[in-house]
Amino acid sequence: MFQFDSFAHFMAMDGHGVYVWASYAITFAVMAFIIVSPLLRARQTLKAVKLQQARSARHNAAQTSSQ
Amino acid sequence: MASLPQWFHRLGAPKSFYFMTGKWLPWLALSAFVLLSVGTIWGLAFAPQDAKQGNSFRVIYIHVPAAFLALAGYYVMAVAGAIGLIWRMKLSHMVMKSAAPLGAVLTFISLVTGALWGKPTWGTYWVWDARITSMLVLFFLYLGVIALQNAYSNQDAANKASAVLALVGTVNIPIIYKSVDWWYTLHQPATLKLTGGSSMHPDMLQPLLVMIAGFYCFYALALILATRAEIIYRERRTSWVLDLAAGKQGI
Repeated sequence: MFQFDSFAHFMAMDGHGVYVWASYAITFAVMAFIIVSPLLRARQTLKAVKLQQARSARHNAAQTSSQ
Repeated sequence: MASLPQWFHRLGAPKSFYFMTGKWLPWLALSAFVLLSVGTIWGLAFAPQDAKQGNSFRVIYIHVPAAFLALAGYYVMAVAGAIGLIWRMKLSHMVMKSAAPLGAVLTFISLVTGALWGKPTWGTYWVWDARITSMLVLFFLYLGVIALQNAYSNQDAANKASAVLALVGTVNIPIIYKSVDWWYTLHQPATLKLTGGSSMHPDMLQPLLVMIAGFYCFYALALILATRAEIIYRERRTSWVLDLAAGKQGI
């Protein structure tokens, strides 16, 4: 059963609220970062590869047309 | 389905690892999310508070799982480094590289939540006790592996140096584990044991087990995501990555 008399009491945690909520907040923030960071990195790499491909395709096309 | 040795062999190739793990990701993410949500709400709102420590006790539901994974994750990193060194497996080095920041983050969580728990319990954020100090050493070992990975322009040299540090540092893990038994410490002794019962009340233990399971799923998810990003980067000149970038193959 719910261990607190009210939501206010739940937030206060009998005076330990700062420690408990800071712990959970920092933890989940950092966990979210370590999940999102590689996803962004992969996307960035693929974008750079795509750009590089487009550049070299244009370069090749320009080369053949100038012959 | 091909034989088990063939399955492992394919898992060891970066390209097939990438596509195989792609199928696991939604399930891992779902499991991690469900377990962590259930465990967190249970631990914060429905588990009883500690008779002596009151509600600050609720930090245990992240502190202990993070610490467990910080230790287990170090073995993952060291073993991946060893496999990479012995069998010169590219993918193994990539896994090791990915395991380092993940382990550092978990150690950081463990130290910070420990400090925030220590203040109301012991009156101090920090004490140079055996377990806490050896966990700090673990954090520095992870940072060292990350630093070595980035210190060399030659990937091979980076792999070797960081793998050696990871292996040398494994001695720290049993020290952390046994520190509460070998030294007179402020940090309390183990309440969860592999053999025999736990000294913790089931109403407190059950949400903790859920959170530990959730953290394991989270670890697997994070490690796979980071390894996949590393694969894409290192294999960026191969045709399959070029196809991936052009959107010709599904992610």
